[in-house]
Amino acid sequence: MINLRINGQPRQFPAPLSIADLVVALDLAGKRIAVEKNGEIVPRSQHGNARVADGDQLEIVVAVGGG
Amino acid sequence: MDSLVIAGRAYSSRLLVGTGKYKDFSETRAAIDASGANIVTVAIRRTNIGQDPNQPSLLDALPPSQFTYLPNTAGCYTADDAIRTLRLARELLDGHSLVKLEVLGDPQSLYPNVVETLRAAEVLVKDGFQVMVYTSDDPIVARQLEDIGCVAVMPLASLIGSGMGILNPWNLQIIIDRLTVPVIVDAGVGTASDAAIAMELGCDAVLMNTAIAGAQQPVLMASAMKKAVEAGREAFLAGRMPKKVYQASPSSPTTGIIGT
Repeated sequence: MINLRINGQPRQFPAPLSIADLVVALDLAGKRIAVEKNGEIVPRSQHGNARVADGDQLEIVVAVGGG
Repeated sequence: MDSLVIAGRAYSSRLLVGTGKYKDFSETRAAIDASGANIVTVAIRRTNIGQDPNQPSLLDALPPSQFTYLPNTAGCYTADDAIRTLRLARELLDGHSLVKLEVLGDPQSLYPNVVETLRAAEVLVKDGFQVMVYTSDDPIVARQLEDIGCVAVMPLASLIGSGMGILNPWNLQIIIDRLTVPVIVDAGVGTASDAAIAMELGCDAVLMNTAIAGAQQPVLMASAMKKAVEAGREAFLAGRMPKKVYQASPSSPTTGIIGT
């Protein structure tokens, strides 16, 4: 079991996984998002290779209305 | 054609609009279409995990292929948060580098923290961003932001969302006169005459959100703002007549008046 912090919320997953798998697990596949892991951007092209491990902090953002 | 040129790219509209505070995406789209704006600001926020994945998104309502997105750093109170937000925005929008930097001082006034703004601008410009920067109407800070390499300087007319109009046209005038990059009034416009005054002063453009979204009829106000910005621009280009204090000048011939 690994513990992640995603957008400030604690989340548990059975095992380490790739960012791409995580995006699917969060129902965000196909959405226009950007991912930051431990303060560093993870480019979309690397979502398949980049892995998340216990203790990682992730931010997943979208564009919303704003001024 | 009298285009607005920012970082070498020409835009036909001198009205930039925000996309916040509308009742739904269809009103957002209708208002933005009525405004004629080419450039629309967007905010970057955490995705709501666990929400219905089929919910419509802003990007569906306003396809980035039809508008120039201007991701902002609204809600950031430090240079570091603003930089981080815009790096996420660049990733989100496929390398898009034109951004709106704003670093706020406190949540009550939303007044810019110019010290943090200058610090963030320096980092972002070095990192390859084309920075349009929200700032106070301090002419010295405006100049420093231009010197750092910002592609547009955007002083407030009054506080964000206040609709108080242009409180200090004299400072804006100094900024307009001294800068070479576009000067865009950002924040404080309340109604069409405010936008026209900004443009008559010689601003290159006006950016607004609440003045449109907060109107009783946002789509109608968007149309009014489009006309106000165009009218103000044309009046600026036409060059107004000099003001004559205490001296009237008749518009009709002074000879041939009957009974004389």
